[in-house]
Amino acid sequence: MRKLILLMAGFFLISNASAQTIQMALIEGGNYTPLYGVGEQSETSVGDFYLDKLPVTYADFQEFVRKHPKWQKSNVTKLFADSRYLSNWENDLKAPANLMDKPITMVSWFAAKAYCECQGKRLPTVDEWEYAAMASTSKRDARSDSLYNVSILRSYEQPKTYMKTVGNSESNYWGVQDMHGMVWEWTQDFNSIILTGESRNNGNTDAGLFCAAGAIGAKDMMNYAAFMRFAMRSSLKANFSLTTLGFRCAKDAGPQNQLTFK
Amino acid sequence: MRYFSLILLSFFLFSCQENTQIEQSENMEDTMDDLSIYQLPSEWNTQDGQTIEFKDLKGKPLVVVMIYTACRTACPRLVADMRMIEERVSSKKMRDIQYVMVSIDPINDTPEKLKQFAKDNQMEGPEWLFLQGTEDGVRDFANIMAVKYKQINPIDFSHSNIISVFDRRGVMKYQKEGLGLVGEEIVNKIVAVAKN
Repeated sequence: MRKLILLMAGFFLISNASAQTIQMALIEGGNYTPLYGVGEQSETSVGDFYLDKLPVTYADFQEFVRKHPKWQKSNVTKLFADSRYLSNWENDLKAPANLMDKPITMVSWFAAKAYCECQGKRLPTVDEWEYAAMASTSKRDARSDSLYNVSILRSYEQPKTYMKTVGNSESNYWGVQDMHGMVWEWTQDFNSIILTGESRNNGNTDAGLFCAAGAIGAKDMMNYAAFMRFAMRSSLKANFSLTTLGFRCAKDAGPQNQLTFK
Repeated sequence: MRYFSLILLSFFLFSCQENTQIEQSENMEDTMDDLSIYQLPSEWNTQDGQTIEFKDLKGKPLVVVMIYTACRTACPRLVADMRMIEERVSSKKMRDIQYVMVSIDPINDTPEKLKQFAKDNQMEGPEWLFLQGTEDGVRDFANIMAVKYKQINPIDFSHSNIISVFDRRGVMKYQKEGLGLVGEEIVNKIVAVAKN
């Protein structure tokens, strides 16, 4: 009997610990055609994964930098974050009080990645992010729904959406919120986005700048909203800390990852 | 089950904190330039099967490019550019410069493959260093250099062709983009960096 209680207590502990997973939505994998496909094969398969339902907030990030001093703004290694990193914070430990429930921005890719790793998570890949973001409130893939596309584009036209409070928008099919109409988000492999026409060295052809450049071309030019996201990603460097760029974390959904420990 | 979870739990906490401590103690050891790539914690295998970190290269100017050995299009030209740069720089009696080829394909480019590639391209001298990292380490490093890459099939990658020059403290001083553009500029930059 005592053993049973202990066992129950153990399970209770685990279910408590996995509260973090409750903050994440399970995204069932599948095939999708990314905007920028990979050569001849246009479909990419995305495995099952967990994605944070909400973008990481100032409150979350404040907790993180308090635990990890090396990511406080005066301590951060300049190699990993530019001078705008957390530049709107009052001091190393205090985020602006009015922004606590807003999405954290002005964080570099390195900082976002470290945050996720310290939660036992990781940044989502571009494919995972786009896969989850193509869901409307009712459909897994709403990209052919013109109203849905227009609503995303409208949201891109609004100013200062990074000042919105997280969690107020409708959940999408997977139960994820605020993927559109709030902030751009870091992805693990943002540096895999190579746009032809991007030229950081005027006068050079892309063939000279990129190996196998001809293999890369947009598959779905109708998806203008996605085009904007890819263009934005291709313009980023990993130390950039921008007012309009935040992140959320992801996690593999293999059986070994069913439980989360924090 | 419970103990197992606790063990896992402590492992998670530990792995995250441990990292912090190691890097902090390193920072105390010597004042490193805040923009130095010696701060990267990743480990790399060389073509000779040694395991190194970037800080092991401290004191040498580095000329770095990212390639993969199965590449048939741009990489042979990048490699040719590197050889030409090396020839011109060494003709100016600059000898302690390290030329580093970092593989963007750590799965396939084993130390043996890198060794063979070095041999095939007459890059067997001590000035040539080939590195195999982890996928994570490679992505971090590419992001430091703002190199973009994407695997487009099991063999090929698309990637930016950028040669980067780092000074003796590991701080990036110059980048050259594009192929077949070996002019005096990059040679002069390397010589200037080597003289400091």
